[in-house]
Amino acid sequence: MTKPKKVLIELKDVWKTYHLGETTLDVLKGISLEIYKGEFVAILGPSGSGKSTLMNQVGVLDTPSKGTINLEGHDISKLSESELAALRGKKIGFVFQQFNLIPTLTALENVILPTIFQNMPEEKRVARGKKLLATFGLADRHDHKPSELSGGQQQRVAIARALINDPDIILADEPTGNLDSKSGQAVMKMLTDLHEKEGKTIILVTHDVNLVNYSGRTIYIHDGEVQKVKTHDSV
Amino acid sequence: MIKDYFIIPWKEIRRRKLRSWLTLIGVFIGIAAIVSLITLGQGLQNAIEGQFESLGKDKLFITPKGGSFAGLGSSVKLTSDDIDVIRATQGVKLVTGMGYTSGRYEFNDVVRYNYVMGISTDSEERALTGESQSWKLAKGRMIQKGDNFKIVLGWSYTQTDLFDKKLDLGDKILLNDHKFEIVGFLEKIGSPPDDASGIIPIDSFGTIYDKEDDFGYVIAQTDKGEDPSKIGAEINKELRKQRDVKEGEEDFDIQTPEQLLSSFGDILNIVQIVLIGIAAISLLVGGVGIMNTMYTSVLQRTKEIGVMKAIGARNENILLLILVESGFYGLGGGLVGVTIGIIIAKLVELAFTYAVGPAFLTITINPVLILGTLLFSFLAGVLSGLAPAYRASKLNPVDSLRYE
Repeated sequence: MTKPKKVLIELKDVWKTYHLGETTLDVLKGISLEIYKGEFVAILGPSGSGKSTLMNQVGVLDTPSKGTINLEGHDISKLSESELAALRGKKIGFVFQQFNLIPTLTALENVILPTIFQNMPEEKRVARGKKLLATFGLADRHDHKPSELSGGQQQRVAIARALINDPDIILADEPTGNLDSKSGQAVMKMLTDLHEKEGKTIILVTHDVNLVNYSGRTIYIHDGEVQKVKTHDSV
Repeated sequence: MIKDYFIIPWKEIRRRKLRSWLTLIGVFIGIAAIVSLITLGQGLQNAIEGQFESLGKDKLFITPKGGSFAGLGSSVKLTSDDIDVIRATQGVKLVTGMGYTSGRYEFNDVVRYNYVMGISTDSEERALTGESQSWKLAKGRMIQKGDNFKIVLGWSYTQTDLFDKKLDLGDKILLNDHKFEIVGFLEKIGSPPDDASGIIPIDSFGTIYDKEDDFGYVIAQTDKGEDPSKIGAEINKELRKQRDVKEGEEDFDIQTPEQLLSSFGDILNIVQIVLIGIAAISLLVGGVGIMNTMYTSVLQRTKEIGVMKAIGARNENILLLILVESGFYGLGGGLVGVTIGIIIAKLVELAFTYAVGPAFLTITINPVLILGTLLFSFLAGVLSGLAPAYRASKLNPVDSLRYE
């Protein structure tokens, strides 16, 4: 008997429309979906399918033109930009394809950066940051700048950064896109561990069909609409 | 917590060293100019006040209208009758009259035009004159009673600059074609015109200028305990009676040292204000430089700002980061500017000491000025960064993340 699943993120009939001069372009067309607590879900679609736009909505980086989005019960349309940012910082950890570390900061400073915006006390944040880096095998690299780290190491720093505020949700956008296969596998293993051992909700956005195997459920996107949803295994 | 907002701006400034220095140059030039001008101005004010201090506050200076420079043919003059009236005024202790104009000095077939002062040979009056002029004898003696066509020369005459030959006691020098015997030399005063002046008895002065009983300059010393301004008003009343002129139509001037000092102070202030105004304009340009740098900096870090917003930075957080950075530019420019400004002031002080004499101009480093300047530069930097910071804070995270 499956446990009743708690909904973390809910999209209801979400549209995203862009106005380019005289023409309007609907990138998302009435998308409704749910992300459940503790699941590893993949959002799969080719380039141009609207998956990046969908990711921005799911990650509350952007607001819909039409429709509603609820994040853990908060209707994000009612929140100001600043409130959205604060919510993001607390609830969602981002992992980007291009790592997006701040080049002038060391690995440790990058990892603890989100805590500055959440006002975590200094001793606490440094301790957490060092612990996370150690967990990912980067204890001796914490004072290195991103330019002094390999791609795989940078992505690990980025994942550590995503975890520093202990968010419920990790949103990974093509996390292995800039990595060699070995580093890519290592990253996918980390995400799997986070899901299985720490109960984190992982949302993986990708065009790579192979990565779908890591997830428990896949949402297929095409042309701004949900094509189908496939569950891989019973949770 | 505010400390956290220093690391990112500081590292960003260090990342672009050349750009940062260029931005600072725009600021520190203006600051250096302002700091050095204010410091030097204060030093000059102090020097002049010091001179007036030694002059004493108990003296009044009476001159005919048109200045003390007794030009030939000037119809307004102070006579011995006027001096008698002043002497008789209640509260006046001592009066002496002087002549002061330019003369033609000739020696060793070289001709020079310098100042000549004719003074009373009465010993008390002479002392009063000497006090008011801060004379110190280096060699020989001062003009005394009974002297006729004797002269005391300034320090420059002991050097070769004026006549290609050093003059000595006993030498004869021609002044307006009259032979004068040198009986004394003054110590260096520090101002070239004064060091090239000559002092002769008032009678000889009257002879060589064909101006008997014509005083260009009268000094009156007040009794101890009297208020010079009050006595000055009394003298004004008596002189008006003597010279038969109405109040408001005086053909003479009476000045206390305070008045002289304050009018000098006024001139100094005006000059300072103009110069500082010019420096302030350059500072404004420096502020625009900071604004430009910040716009560029924000543009180049669009993606970074997008990332920061994605990981939880609010608009206010981004605003603060950018403002701290521009504030740092202002503060950095202020620090460099204050240092350079003080160095410039010190160099000018050294130059004055070397050229003119020690202790003419001494500058003091004013901590209030320094702290005030640093605070001001920081605030100016913050102000310059407001527009770029606002723009950064409003960046859309989605678009920024996509920016290359």
